[in-house]
Amino acid sequence: MLTVSATKHRGAFLLNAQFELPTPGVVALFGRSGCGKTTLVNVIAGLLAADSGHVALDDTVLLDTNRGINVPPERRRIGYVFQEARLFPHMSVAANLRYALKRAAVAPFIGLDRVVDLLDLTPLMGRRTHALSGGERQRVAIGRALLSQPSLLLLDEPLASLDASRREEVLPYLETLRDQLAIPMVYVGHNFEEVLRLATHLVLMDAGKTVAQGNLSEMSLHPGVRAIIGAEAVGAIVDGTVLGTDLSSGLTRVQVGQGELKVQFPEAAPGTRLRVQLLARDLIVATAHPRQISVRNSLPGVIISITSDVDDSDLIAIDIGGLLIMARVTKAATHELGLAPGLPVWALVKTASLRPHVI
Amino acid sequence: MWLSANESEALALSLSVAARSVLLSLPLALLLAWVLTRRRFPGRTLLDAFVHLPLVLPPVVVGYLLLLLFGARGPIGGWLERVFGIELIFTRNGAALATAVMSFPLMVRAMRISLETVDRGLEDAARTLGAGAVDRFVSITLPLMLPGVLAGAITAFSAALGEFGAVITFVSNIPGETRTLPLALYTALQTPGGDSEAARLAIVSCALGLGGLLLSEWFARRVRRMLGR
Repeated sequence: MLTVSATKHRGAFLLNAQFELPTPGVVALFGRSGCGKTTLVNVIAGLLAADSGHVALDDTVLLDTNRGINVPPERRRIGYVFQEARLFPHMSVAANLRYALKRAAVAPFIGLDRVVDLLDLTPLMGRRTHALSGGERQRVAIGRALLSQPSLLLLDEPLASLDASRREEVLPYLETLRDQLAIPMVYVGHNFEEVLRLATHLVLMDAGKTVAQGNLSEMSLHPGVRAIIGAEAVGAIVDGTVLGTDLSSGLTRVQVGQGELKVQFPEAAPGTRLRVQLLARDLIVATAHPRQISVRNSLPGVIISITSDVDDSDLIAIDIGGLLIMARVTKAATHELGLAPGLPVWALVKTASLRPHVI
Repeated sequence: MWLSANESEALALSLSVAARSVLLSLPLALLLAWVLTRRRFPGRTLLDAFVHLPLVLPPVVVGYLLLLLFGARGPIGGWLERVFGIELIFTRNGAALATAVMSFPLMVRAMRISLETVDRGLEDAARTLGAGAVDRFVSITLPLMLPGVLAGAITAFSAALGEFGAVITFVSNIPGETRTLPLALYTALQTPGGDSEAARLAIVSCALGLGGLLLSEWFARRVRRMLGR
């Protein structure tokens, strides 16, 4: 368990943050730019002194202002991947990596070979750092942070300075790290796509405060999250279990709540946990179970609430058996279908609009 | 060799004094550059002004102050002689001290400028990787400010070769011991028939200065390439 609480005045800005992360897990600090995410991460790393605070990882207390405990950053065993990589310009890639390994406080649990292998760094080893592309720089920075044998990894918008295609060069590596190493991570991002793919938990920050937190599914429909990502990107994130693959259609059946989704994910073995985002704009609401229709997925559920949203639309929250999803429909449709809380409905979604990934 | 024995002696002495002067001031200048750039403390402005004093004082005044402090009966000079047997007055070590004090602000200045360009973020990154304060300075800060350290050292060396007022005031003009190039040149000008000797010494001085500047530029380029700038 990672527990963090901190306050810090900086001119007119006040940081007032608390959150917890069950370990191993990946918590995303999510919020608009300037909401204090980096400040909070720097407090966790010890690079910034908090006015008051408490940071503990499992049984190790790293900061406790009440008890006068403040472990210096160089002894916190926290790996930090900065937005701008911060590779040492006077050293080669290999020397940057060895710099971390040489100073590790514990016997290495992850060696140079493993890191080079995980991040595909072999072709870069002899290069000077200024000859690297943005994505390569970040991979080296991630490798360097790992080689310091950290018990916690902080990633401060590591992909922010990369364009979309470069981002796609680095993201899969981060997913690999999450899946193969049991190192808890704190991920700062304001790109929801990255958060969706990496995080297990989400802490929502606004104007220096942590306003809400929970696992990613719970948080995906939070009004504060919706406000940041915009109406188009709103959608429930649901986790499901692979039941099997339909041999005739080649589609993978995933149990989600009390319903079933068919997705395109050929290599998934039964029992695999998949995560998928059901975008509100992609969902269709039906009051009767539809038969003759090309849509492959119909999830039975009950309307929980209806809230007014942008452009004369309503957001219909539907409980599909312990999981909440959200569909956007026009106010006219709400009226004509007589949608109201308590009404049993079916939520329809095209298989083609689902992009599942393993968690 | 077209230099006379006296002239060669002055040249060798100048190089020796300048080298000692740089060796003496380098570590101290590094420390002061770091303190003045990175630390905030009461009296910092005063210390800064004090370091720069030799730039604005007449060299003769510096020589006189050195004489008061480091002379045989001065508070520091007397102590140095009693405890370590180091004599400064009328010696080449004294000449090195005088030139070190005079060129000190130049050295500190060059180092400060390069220290200010060192990205603190890199030091923070080293810190999160487990590097303590001394380790960070040696492995990150110092290599990154190397261009400034070298530039400062070369500038100070060149300035040390040319220092006149403070040297002649503090350690006098003794052939083979404190008569450096500028002092030898001055002496030659004061001697009837010393014109050609003065000209040769002037040419040597010019060549040394120019060589120093070229060397400094060459170093700076190599280091920049090493740092990938």
